[in-house]
Amino acid sequence: MKKVYGSAKEALDGLLFDGMHIAAGGFGLCGIPELLIDALVESGVKDLTVASNNCGVDGFGLGKLLDTKQIKKMQSSYVGENAEFMRQYLSGELELEFNPQGTLAERMRAAGCGIPGFYTKTGVGTVIAEGKDVRSFNGEDYILEEGIFADLSIVKAWKADDTGNLVFRKTARNFNPPAAMCGKVCVVEVEEIVERGSLDPDHIHLPGIYVHRIIQGDHEKRIEQRTVRKREEA
Amino acid sequence: MGWDRNQMAARAADELEDGMYVNLGIGIPTLVANYVGDKDITLQSENGMLGMGPFPYEGEEDPDLINAGKQTITELARTSYFDSATSFGMIRGGKIAAAILGAMEVAENGDLANWMIPGKLVKGMGGAMDLVAGVGRVIVVMDHTNKHGDSKLLKECTLPLTGKAVVHRIITNLGVLDVVDGGLKIVECADGVTEDEIRAATEATIV
Repeated sequence: MKKVYGSAKEALDGLLFDGMHIAAGGFGLCGIPELLIDALVESGVKDLTVASNNCGVDGFGLGKLLDTKQIKKMQSSYVGENAEFMRQYLSGELELEFNPQGTLAERMRAAGCGIPGFYTKTGVGTVIAEGKDVRSFNGEDYILEEGIFADLSIVKAWKADDTGNLVFRKTARNFNPPAAMCGKVCVVEVEEIVERGSLDPDHIHLPGIYVHRIIQGDHEKRIEQRTVRKREEA
Repeated sequence: MGWDRNQMAARAADELEDGMYVNLGIGIPTLVANYVGDKDITLQSENGMLGMGPFPYEGEEDPDLINAGKQTITELARTSYFDSATSFGMIRGGKIAAAILGAMEVAENGDLANWMIPGKLVKGMGGAMDLVAGVGRVIVVMDHTNKHGDSKLLKECTLPLTGKAVVHRIITNLGVLDVVDGGLKIVECADGVTEDEIRAATEATIV
């Protein structure tokens, strides 16, 4: 079955509907599916619930979908870098469900593994635990968190072969594998589609079974916080 | 009198033992990396990396290589990368020996508040709740009092909690205190600070 598509728009064709639930990879602006986000903006699909650790910055990444008011609800752990986000949130236009970062990642991973819920210590005794089932194991309290089963996963990887085997690069891996696993359909954008057989099977980070559609394209890869050190004088 | 930021960071570095895997928060905790000396310490960055190196030289920044504060960093010979679920698996699973982090308030039972102030802009907890619930040892590094001079070591936290009964040790500009049965215990006084001065600056019960 052919998984490689010519453009982000083609790769999303037939998958989008208003009110859908999307899981997106990326941490800050690192490893985000830039091209698929642009295609979502262009599609006009709306009332989206998006599970993503962050929501981009003003005018870039998922921030673009905020500017066009296509997002109804975010499931995130940290949203501090976005003025438009705060404006929409404070005015009640945008719903926000805070998740501890590891809980968010595990909710995606669990759903992808067919696990509808799991107990975790994270958040016990905090506002995160409100309304959630508490159960004691070996004398310690844990709260029930539910898997995130998304309609669509949008993911960025470094390289893929045409069967969807993926390799990520450095910390751009982040939420991409768990996000890829939790969607009914997973669309991946990569910097390079390589010939079948050229990736070492022992070095595949995510097997192609999780990947349904692939596109290749150029990425801006914007840096959020450029920090450097001075070279010592010779 | 007392310790400055760098002295607090240096004191926090004394908590680390050879071979430890450690997570450092932002602010003063980040400075701890400058004081580990010859100890073999591996730093975790919870976005998905063990073996975090220093900032890159100018011109060598890599957009695919950032820390949990979204700053550009470098890798070391020992570095490994993994996804966020695996990263928090090792945190939740107790594989990270210690987290050193800042705080707004700590209570005498070890409750920690460091993620939100009601009525102010809420940015989110990021990985803080997972870290304090999961790692082996939680060490807080913070000023003893706030800018109004009020104690940040309290009988009970007034702010929403990051974790309940999670803090083991607190390093402030005045000294080092441990969370023990019944309250806080003074372990060490900073240079030129007396136990009485610590008591006078602390709302929490000192045992």
